[in-house]
Amino acid sequence: MNIRQAMYQAESGARLSIAAARLLHDGADLLTLGQLAQTARFRRNSQPIVTYAVDRNINYTNVCTSGCRFCAFWKAATHRDAYVMDDETLARKLQETKALGGTHILFQGGLNPDLNLNWHERRIRLIRSFGLKLHGYSPPEICFFAKQSGSTVEQVLERFVKAGLNSIPGGGAEILVDRVRRITSPGKATSREWLSVMAAAHKLGLRTTATMMFGHIESVSERLVHLVRIRRLQDQTGGFTSFIPWPYQPGRETLQVKAASANAYLRMLALSRLMLDNFPHVQASWVTQGADIGQIALSFGADDLGSTMIEENVVAAAGVSHRLTEADMIRLIEAAGFEARQRDAVYGMVGAAS
Amino acid sequence: MTQVNSSRIIPNPHEILNRISDAQLLKVGRKFLSGARLDFDDGIACLVSNDTLGLGTLAFADRKARYGDRASYVVNHHINYTNVCVNGCKFCAFYRNPTAEDGYVLGPDEVVDQIRAASGLGLTEVHIVGGVNPELDFAYYLNLLASLRTSFPAIKIKAFTAVEIDQIAKKASLGWRECLAELQKGGLDMLPGGGAEIFSDRVRQSLFPAKIGADSWLTIHGEAHRLGIGTNATMLFGHIETVEERIDHLIRLRNQQDETGGFRAFIPLVFHPRNTSLADLSGPTALETLKTIAVSRLLLDNVDHIKAYWVMLGMKLAQMALYFGADDLEGTIVAEKIAHEAGAGTAAGLSKGELEQCILDAGFQPAERDTFHRSVVAA
Repeated sequence: MNIRQAMYQAESGARLSIAAARLLHDGADLLTLGQLAQTARFRRNSQPIVTYAVDRNINYTNVCTSGCRFCAFWKAATHRDAYVMDDETLARKLQETKALGGTHILFQGGLNPDLNLNWHERRIRLIRSFGLKLHGYSPPEICFFAKQSGSTVEQVLERFVKAGLNSIPGGGAEILVDRVRRITSPGKATSREWLSVMAAAHKLGLRTTATMMFGHIESVSERLVHLVRIRRLQDQTGGFTSFIPWPYQPGRETLQVKAASANAYLRMLALSRLMLDNFPHVQASWVTQGADIGQIALSFGADDLGSTMIEENVVAAAGVSHRLTEADMIRLIEAAGFEARQRDAVYGMVGAAS
Repeated sequence: MTQVNSSRIIPNPHEILNRISDAQLLKVGRKFLSGARLDFDDGIACLVSNDTLGLGTLAFADRKARYGDRASYVVNHHINYTNVCVNGCKFCAFYRNPTAEDGYVLGPDEVVDQIRAASGLGLTEVHIVGGVNPELDFAYYLNLLASLRTSFPAIKIKAFTAVEIDQIAKKASLGWRECLAELQKGGLDMLPGGGAEIFSDRVRQSLFPAKIGADSWLTIHGEAHRLGIGTNATMLFGHIETVEERIDHLIRLRNQQDETGGFRAFIPLVFHPRNTSLADLSGPTALETLKTIAVSRLLLDNVDHIKAYWVMLGMKLAQMALYFGADDLEGTIVAEKIAHEAGAGTAAGLSKGELEQCILDAGFQPAERDTFHRSVVAA
């Protein structure tokens, strides 16, 4: 195969192999990749609508035993800045989110051995009692809870669903290749474990997202393997709503590599849209890229601008801090020629049906 | 229809046209690729199109035909010799009234010291602009040029916008042409492109009524061109101007260039609202900015270079601009003040190595140039 054939395949909507994706990655120029991705985006979602969410990111604890080399957020239990969020603080944050028109809470935290399943079930019920949906617990957390409590992943998920969990975020995927994970995050779920949590969640009827954190020690081939692995699972379950790729943001004390450029980000975003032909949505990452590239991403395959992130701690811990209000997001979307629509955590439209 | 220089031959026009989805833009694309000159309506069609990548593809093809995958940059130092200005432009956060406590004027020695402090950087150009400061007489400007010329004979002096030239000429009781000729004799190599803002008189009356208007700005540049002084041109956009006023600005620059031919580069400047009296405006979004850069490349067929000014664009957007028609990333700068007083979030300067890395990261080959866009070969 050559680049022309790969471009033809992408344009016609044929499923891309790793080899074809590799040719596009190495050989297509930036704007061509963007246009191919936009063709795929409109093939999937023909309406010129770009969605966004109003939510709050709440990190219930920063204590984590995983020790991932790319993370600037975690603390050891003995560290003076270690915390577990108390109910009063959580309730105040929930109240504020409700007042700002938030639809859901993105609820995630470190792998903290002091918190058991009962603790989490109480938090789930508290969040739901505020009339907010709960989008929470990434696969590495679910795996950790299962091991810690001697239950299966399915049992944990069933208990959480019973308590009120609505959907699962795709965090902790990083790169779904164990060579990479053994180096960057050896204390965390393996790629097989990550995928099996998602498979189990989908089976229970939970919708989830998928992510990819790239631009650290992985190769281009490993990124493509990541995409193929989640595409394969999506073929089986259809439970993924959206894919969210973002470049690793090096912090002062984390893995030292140069952050991926805007060019590299947009190329990877476009390639993700092209590879993931069975994903309904692809999300732009303004949190890591800023408003400018976030908006440009809407021309490179993304049809969702993510959320207002009333509170964002993890990327901010690495020293990256961008801010967008709901009005800012709507303005960026409309200035790009799209209609802006608020969505919930599982990409349902919020407000009156039109 | 005027035919443009046939040296601009873009390969595979059909492939480019295939990648334009907007029907109006497609018409513009066909016309452009046939070698015909675009007109006002074509410019509007580009700016209102939502086919941003289609427009970018067209501008990129033109830029690529001119410069391949090269992106040039200059190792320069910005100097603002005074922040005192009587013009009071509403979009400016840099100026101080003559009575302000934090107004300043740099003497020639101080300017020389600043340049000397940066002498390890391999400077080839000093970029000097300031305010309309009634306290400064003609001798001040001549002394400034003489000091720089004597201390740094190899460094080119790009100094004084048309707005300042008008003020200097008044102080010297000279016509614009005579004034420029004297400054040229004193060592001036090139005029920067600032002070053009938007040529619309409607906008001028509202935002910068005290400043020279479009006709004066263009005439001063024309006079400079006739003296053999190359100049740049700018457009400050994303405030209260309309799409039509942006295109009109570009067409007027192109007409002037047809007549006198001395514009070396065009620099679209993004309006930054913070700390100005227009702080309630938000400035243009990234895609609007890229479209404006692209249409500049397409309309200004007689201007060689389109610069991405990273200080005002932000580096990521400046890198993207290289895919939308820009071919030059301005510059190392060292000590930017004007955009930073208006809240630009970028660094005040970059080393040569950093700037080259930014160009490489964007997917282009860095090429150092001098003030006159001649390539600088590493010593």
